[in-house]
Amino acid sequence: MNRLLLILSALAAGPALADPDAAVLERLVRQDCGACHGMTLKGGLGPDIRARALGHYDRNSLKAVILDGIPGTPMPPWRPLLSESEAAWIADYLLKGDSP
Amino acid sequence: MTAMAADKGGAAPVAQGATPPEYLKNDEPLGTDPLHRSRNTPAGGIRHWLSVLAVAVLALALAGPRAQAQATGDLGLVVERATGSLLIVDQSERASLGRITGLGDLRHASIVYSPDERFAYVFGRDGGLSKVDILKQELVKRVMQAGNSIGGAISDDGRLVAVSNYEPGGVRVFDAGTLEMVADIPTGSKTVGLVDIPGSRFVFSLWDKGETWIADLSDLAAGPEITRIKGIGPNPYDALVTADGRTYITGLFGADHFTALDLWQDPPEPRTILPGYLAGREKLPVYKMPHLEGWALAGRDFVLPAFGRDEVLWVDARTLEETGRTPTYGQPVFAMARPDGRQVWVNFAHPKNDTIQVIDTPSKKVIRTLKPGPAVLHMEFTPRGHEVWVSVRDAGKVIVYDTETFEKLAEIPAKSPSGIFFTARAHRMGL
Repeated sequence: MNRLLLILSALAAGPALADPDAAVLERLVRQDCGACHGMTLKGGLGPDIRARALGHYDRNSLKAVILDGIPGTPMPPWRPLLSESEAAWIADYLLKGDSP
Repeated sequence: MTAMAADKGGAAPVAQGATPPEYLKNDEPLGTDPLHRSRNTPAGGIRHWLSVLAVAVLALALAGPRAQAQATGDLGLVVERATGSLLIVDQSERASLGRITGLGDLRHASIVYSPDERFAYVFGRDGGLSKVDILKQELVKRVMQAGNSIGGAISDDGRLVAVSNYEPGGVRVFDAGTLEMVADIPTGSKTVGLVDIPGSRFVFSLWDKGETWIADLSDLAAGPEITRIKGIGPNPYDALVTADGRTYITGLFGADHFTALDLWQDPPEPRTILPGYLAGREKLPVYKMPHLEGWALAGRDFVLPAFGRDEVLWVDARTLEETGRTPTYGQPVFAMARPDGRQVWVNFAHPKNDTIQVIDTPSKKVIRTLKPGPAVLHMEFTPRGHEVWVSVRDAGKVIVYDTETFEKLAEIPAKSPSGIFFTARAHRMGL
């Protein structure tokens, strides 16, 4: 429900939303990105997205992939659901890679 | 008293009353036992029953929960995905009986049952294959059979358990008794849509190659006999087989149609169904791949979740021609016909996964919208469909609904519940 509120407010407020909610976003990464990439992010139908597998991405290009997806693959654009700052938070989170 | 008996309110049926049950009487040696011969005298009769009672009490004391003769026909397991545990549930009591732990990563886990409905085989995303004993409420054996797996099936004779894997891509087949691997079928592709069909055969599809394979394991000594069917279409993401084991329907990520195989054909030829169902319409971003499940027959039609649209699709089960589309609240994940086919229950992908809709089969119209709570992941009907059990992950509970009145009948606490699997699945093909 928090997530839904966040999404609704994100849609209403546009991409300039301040201070992403870390707990909500971490949950989104684990549960919703995890639907394809595995909840430990080591891969599933989608590839491994643990930090060591993302070495060829910098923050901005990873953020762009999150927001706009990869055409021709199952990676969807998350722009309808996430703000720029939220996507940046997720990119940092993945690249930092303190995930198990 | 055991956990199971305690949770059931002490309803253990054996050895607590005065009358020993039939099966204990049958365990007596026949003919030569002096007790048998003296049974008709009053003293002999009393001695006889005392000895039977003693055996019963001893058996109960020694054997623990197993001696209570808990029937399993109305039991089930709920996957608790984050904690790697299974909740044992009782359909009739609408209650949980216990928990089995230590199963590893259970995200996206699925379960099949042995023919006697005592053992469950659990397929974890982490490649773990676990066998659990529902009566003893314990893990029997667990093997790590691959790095990354997606589903499993059990053969019609209950001897073989098959697992489909992303990494390494292919299917591995195990002895259902020992969990020793008896066949390895590499496909060179992420492998999805694994189902069982008659004749100790399994059917599965290859994401990277657009093929469907039929593996015949009826002669284990000779090894699996593979039939490869090409031209299924680009990137199959899942598949189902109908309850008669005849029609195998594959969903495609890379094309806007489905592909059907008539498995009674030899060899089966791919047939395009629902061609161009997205034509002229926007394909929405898909945040969760839909599931195709064997609960597809609703009346005279099969019902399928559309890919990239907020709707379910209907095809005539005989001609496989489209018969309708039903707009829904969000993108469907599961579209499951109630066992009698009279209704279809649909849940949805993120971010609309707090909702369920019920579609009336004859009119193909949504007749009810329910809001069970955050993250509705799965639904399971009782075998005849009078109730549906719904897992609501982020509310930490399973909710039981009456499918006629839509009344909420019970809530059962569970830890991040995902899949719900009743033992009656043991007797259905393709689940």
